[in-house]
Amino acid sequence: MAVKVMIPTPLRAYAGKQESVELQAATVGEALSALTGRFEELKKHLFADDGRLRSFVNVYVNDEDIRYLQKDQTRLREGDTISIVPSIAGGAQSHPTRERAY
Amino acid sequence: MSGAALGIREELIRRIRAHGVETYPYECCGALLGRDGDGAREVADLLPLANRRDDSPRNRFEVTPDDVRLAEKTAREKRLELIGWYHSHPDAPPRPSEYDREHAWPWYSYIIVSVRGGEPEETTSWRLRDDRSAYDPEEIETTAHPASI
Repeated sequence: MAVKVMIPTPLRAYAGKQESVELQAATVGEALSALTGRFEELKKHLFADDGRLRSFVNVYVNDEDIRYLQKDQTRLREGDTISIVPSIAGGAQSHPTRERAY
Repeated sequence: MSGAALGIREELIRRIRAHGVETYPYECCGALLGRDGDGAREVADLLPLANRRDDSPRNRFEVTPDDVRLAEKTAREKRLELIGWYHSHPDAPPRPSEYDREHAWPWYSYIIVSVRGGEPEETTSWRLRDDRSAYDPEEIETTAHPASI
């Protein structure tokens, strides 16, 4: 299946500066595997050490979050668009009341 | 990683600090919209967002993928790019935490404002290294008027 993967701005430097990448895949898992096979540097930003997608990496197939489909087993159809969308998280090191105690 | 400075108008820095005061003792967050040119990066506008982290908003913030897409859309409509994020550290230093690093993306600029006892203090900016090992400080260059790249 020929599909398109949209690369978010912060990761384009690791994907040949491309906004999107066309590749052949039957499932989302295959597509991400093909993508990181082609662009090895993307791997550490998409996957944790245990090989699972990082929690703040969200993957959509034509605007549907794969968490509500069949996750990485989600089947793809010809012409599907896969989008990698960041979620952003962070925060201070410790609880403020603890820090004030030091 | 970058070595380049982040240009931003004083008025926008004031708005980030005011947002941190407004949400104190909880963390504020928002998007930095701007331009990224050859070695030059400039914040041209802000998109304040709600902190979606309801369970621990005093020391955590979260921007959902829907809000990220809203920020990207807003940037496109203004002919700008989504170039980073800001958030506050209530009663904590404006340095990225290990939690910040684990959840960070490369390339983006991350502005952090420290708010102590409801008063804004130091404001810093950071960028994640390519290998995700650490953040590097990014110099903030404030300007009185809009600059152009």
